[in-house]
Amino acid sequence: MNNTLRRLLMAPAVGSLLIWMLVPLAMTIYFSLIRYNLLYSGEHPFIGLLNYEFFFTDDAFWPAVQNTLILVFSVIGITVTAGLLLALLINQPFPGRGVVRVMMIAPFFVMATVNALLWKNMMLNPINGISAWLAGVFEAQPIDWLADFPLLTVIIMVSWQWLPFALLIFITSLQSLDQEQLEAAQMDGAGKFTLFKSFTLPHLARPIAIVVMIEMIFHLSIFAEIFTTTGGGPGNDSTNLAFLIFRQSLMQYDVGVASAGGVFAIILANIVAIFLLRMIGKNLT
Amino acid sequence: MRSESLLALSLRTLFAWFFGLIIFFPLFWMILTAFKTELQAIAIPPLLFFEPTLENFSIVQERSDYLKYAMNSLITSVGSTILALVIAIPAAYAMAFYPRKRTPDILLWMLSTKMLPAVGVLVPVYLLFRDTGLLDSRTGLIIIFTLINLPIAVWMMYSYFKDIPRNILEACRMDGGSLLSEIRHVLIPLNMGGIASTALLVIVLSWNEAFWSLHLTSANAGTLAALIASYSSPEGLFWAKLSAASALAVAPVVVLGWFCQRQLVQGLTFGAVK
Repeated sequence: MNNTLRRLLMAPAVGSLLIWMLVPLAMTIYFSLIRYNLLYSGEHPFIGLLNYEFFFTDDAFWPAVQNTLILVFSVIGITVTAGLLLALLINQPFPGRGVVRVMMIAPFFVMATVNALLWKNMMLNPINGISAWLAGVFEAQPIDWLADFPLLTVIIMVSWQWLPFALLIFITSLQSLDQEQLEAAQMDGAGKFTLFKSFTLPHLARPIAIVVMIEMIFHLSIFAEIFTTTGGGPGNDSTNLAFLIFRQSLMQYDVGVASAGGVFAIILANIVAIFLLRMIGKNLT
Repeated sequence: MRSESLLALSLRTLFAWFFGLIIFFPLFWMILTAFKTELQAIAIPPLLFFEPTLENFSIVQERSDYLKYAMNSLITSVGSTILALVIAIPAAYAMAFYPRKRTPDILLWMLSTKMLPAVGVLVPVYLLFRDTGLLDSRTGLIIIFTLINLPIAVWMMYSYFKDIPRNILEACRMDGGSLLSEIRHVLIPLNMGGIASTALLVIVLSWNEAFWSLHLTSANAGTLAALIASYSSPEGLFWAKLSAASALAVAPVVVLGWFCQRQLVQGLTFGAVK
């Protein structure tokens, strides 16, 4: 095949992704350096880093950073730990294993807005929800989840959806574990714990790292769950960076400040992405 | 392997079912609620047995023209899937069968576009859409869905092409087959499975996409994800209706998703976990 044909075949994919990456990115960077509010017409003067200063000194900025970190790391902690334990639990045959697997993986295919409203109403409503009924059964005070623990509520919803993702990857990876090697070690009298420590865990190190990084990138911009349930409140209690940027742009119409926030989010995601890409790259060659 | 004791097996079975049921419960409850009346839906203690009704489904259709949103979801996810495949397959073909030194770098760069947080480019994309009349149009959504899923499609097709034995292709070329006949008689037939599962994965991801549909659409091109979000402002009793709308929106992908688990793992981890 000659080079021209080869380039021709690749051009649509490379070209469209190049445009998709560069144009919005360049615009975000440009907007972040000018004064640009959709409510006021007129000039868009260059104002240097003033938008960044506004964004970083916004009352909601530190709470948002804090909430973003709490959200990302608790969801990762919960999903990876529970995903590992469940994967080990259902890795060996038992009656009904197929059905249990389906039940455990199903939440991953639920769209974010359904997930959010399902938990907000039917599960966690303080009067008529399942949690309120459970509290009644145990004669405890029902909890008003959204008002009192808004961030925890979001963490529960996102974890419910992403636990299956971690589980799915760990199961897939456990299935490629070398059974013969395991058996040989068992014959030599290795105990269950030793087996786990010196075979299973090292084998899972890579998938764990990958799950952690992918979740980091995706959870950095959790939006739909917050938008449809808490709306970032009460106060800033469940506002994360993605929601703060949304609030600046489409609610306060301040394109400049929102873009500064966007640049910040991109830089954060890129720090993680570099490590992830390096790992994937090693697999390529 | 030594068979485990009966006690261990029973314990494993018990725990696995217990956790499986807990994880699945919210979905089960949603489906159940879809068939209740609004009063039954909020009953305490929760009703497990009741006379099922189908009225919620017709109310949902009347209240918000459910079918229009379902149609939007269908058109945008299928449309973007076809478009993504048409763009991805030639590129994946060129990279898999005629690799150059820089091919791995190009692949990695494509993946890296997937790691750009959507919220970082929300403002420019919104403004571009507003100025070009793409806001709240299905065309606009199809473009976005295609772009966000293109890296995954290229990546998956690339790995499927890589798995095709070289000598089959060479035999075809020895027989004097042109590039076109090579594609028609060897690559596509051998790869139907790969194409199908890539398509399935992209459909599922587009169907569930919420960030861009929430921001870029409203009454006209809104998808089911956006329609469900409109239930976030409560109006009287609405749980049964919400459940009916949600169950219908979720059911097709849960079934599809079940079929493409393995592809999902490969596609979402970019082939890093096999």
